[in-house]
Amino acid sequence: MSVLPTVVKEFIVGDVQADRVVPPSGFTATLTTFAAGAMAFLAIFALALSLATGRLAARWGDDLAHSSTLRISAPEGQMAEQTAAALRLLKTTPGVESARALTAEEQGALLEPWFGPDLPIEDLPIPQLIEIQETQSGYDAAGLRLRLQGEVPGAVLDDHNRWRRPLEQAAGRLRLLGLVSILLIAATTATIITLAANAALAANAQVIAVLRVVGAQDSYIAKAFVRRFTLRALLGAAIGVVAGMAAVLLLPAAQPEGGFLTGLGFQGGSWLLPMLIPPLAGVVAYFATRHAARRTLSELD
Amino acid sequence: MIELDNTAYSYGGGELLSNISLKLAPGSFHFLTGPSGAGKTTFLKLCYGALIPTSGHVRLFDQDVRDMDRDDHAMARRRIGVVHQDCQFLDHLPIADNVALPLMVSGRETLENHSNLKELMHWVGLGNRANALPPEMSGGERQRAALARAVIMSPDVVLADEPTGNVDWEMSQRLLQLLIELNKMGKTIMIATHDMNLIRAAKSQVQARVLRIANRKLQLAGADL
Ligand SMILES: Nc1ncnc2c1ncn2[C@@H]1O[C@H](COP(=O)(O)OP(=O)(O)O)[C@@H](O)[C@H]1O
Ligand SMILES: [Mg+2]
Repeated sequence: MSVLPTVVKEFIVGDVQADRVVPPSGFTATLTTFAAGAMAFLAIFALALSLATGRLAARWGDDLAHSSTLRISAPEGQMAEQTAAALRLLKTTPGVESARALTAEEQGALLEPWFGPDLPIEDLPIPQLIEIQETQSGYDAAGLRLRLQGEVPGAVLDDHNRWRRPLEQAAGRLRLLGLVSILLIAATTATIITLAANAALAANAQVIAVLRVVGAQDSYIAKAFVRRFTLRALLGAAIGVVAGMAAVLLLPAAQPEGGFLTGLGFQGGSWLLPMLIPPLAGVVAYFATRHAARRTLSELD
Repeated sequence: MIELDNTAYSYGGGELLSNISLKLAPGSFHFLTGPSGAGKTTFLKLCYGALIPTSGHVRLFDQDVRDMDRDDHAMARRRIGVVHQDCQFLDHLPIADNVALPLMVSGRETLENHSNLKELMHWVGLGNRANALPPEMSGGERQRAALARAVIMSPDVVLADEPTGNVDWEMSQRLLQLLIELNKMGKTIMIATHDMNLIRAAKSQVQARVLRIANRKLQLAGADL
């Protein structure tokens, strides 16, 4: 981005003179600022969505790290025996790295959120859970099920991957959608600014003719319009970002239990990302207006 | 500096101007006459590159107008001050800023030029109208402002299209004086007009050649004025 310093310089130094040669335009200016603001507001949410789904996908990806659960329901007398049989069988299953029966306390902890701490779960016929860690390549779930059927009739294999993979995929898609939305928002901003700039150029045809008569170069004429639209887009986007961030801040805070919706916010360094939106809107406006102005001017005689 | 070589121009119908050759020497003073509709404005437009000849060549400062890009044209217009018949301004800016516009767009708005501006505004009798907006001004005032705008860059050439069309005799004399003054400073001047009195008045003070457009041709008018 070698043009960026020039762009920034033109913002800061500006050319108040060049700006003055184009008559002020109250209402269209407000419309441009409003459109840039609305687009920035939407961009905030698209960005928040992308970041949240990104985090979610990463978390699910971790969980996917090859774990599954074997659940054994058996009459009380056979529980220990079937558990031992299942562990033995798992040890000899290719693709299973380790298998471990959860202790009564661990199972109690898992149930506590549902039944409360006071329930005497020791007295209930709770299934025994075996936690399985897979190797990188994983095991053949269908084959394992077949063998379990023969040797451990009370066992049910819960292959997490089955339902997590599509969820992870969905999260990935959502993130992609978020990114596509941001690109669309940028393109729409460019479109709106181009239309507004074209309208401004058409409305100021006489001004342009006069400037040409007195020897103004196209670049000078373009500058007057470019500066104006860039500043409007910057201002609008800044307002939109503030509004969007306020709205995100008002969302419920992210919970450790990690619901998807409660995670729709900015965390850590990603709080800085929205700050990029106004300068980006300015850059988009700069190039959109410059392109529109140069094209319009080059068609004149 | 401005050179027409076998130039012809047509707006689409028959040729309006044919076979025109002319070399504007530096420091020369020309009048351009001819009946209304003869093509005086068209001729001047060829001279400052606003129109491209349909045949033949026009060279501005040794550059063929066909080879000039838009920036070249902008640069040429800084060296050729033009007073249009229907002078146009930026209606939202005071007339003083409009007169200073050529300086503004070429980045030459210096303090020295600023005092020149005041002087110039007085010269054309607009000293106390500096803050007026163009739409508030009379036709004559606009013409005087247009002349001031055309000369503020101290151009090499001044082309004026009926600059005295809307002003009274006294003011037209003053505008003429300004142009003669510029000519004495070495500027090349061409004035399109059908005001014979103006031409006579000038001839007593400056060596002016009179060109006439008749039958699509450019002719040098004799001493029969
Ligand atoms: N843009 C144009 N398109 C078509 N015809 C034009 C155009 N401008 C001028 N003309 C015609 O060319 C002729 C000469 O016009 P002009 O150069 O303005 O003459 P003058 O300035 O001597 O009065 C006129 O008949 C006019 O109608
Ligand atoms: Mg005319």
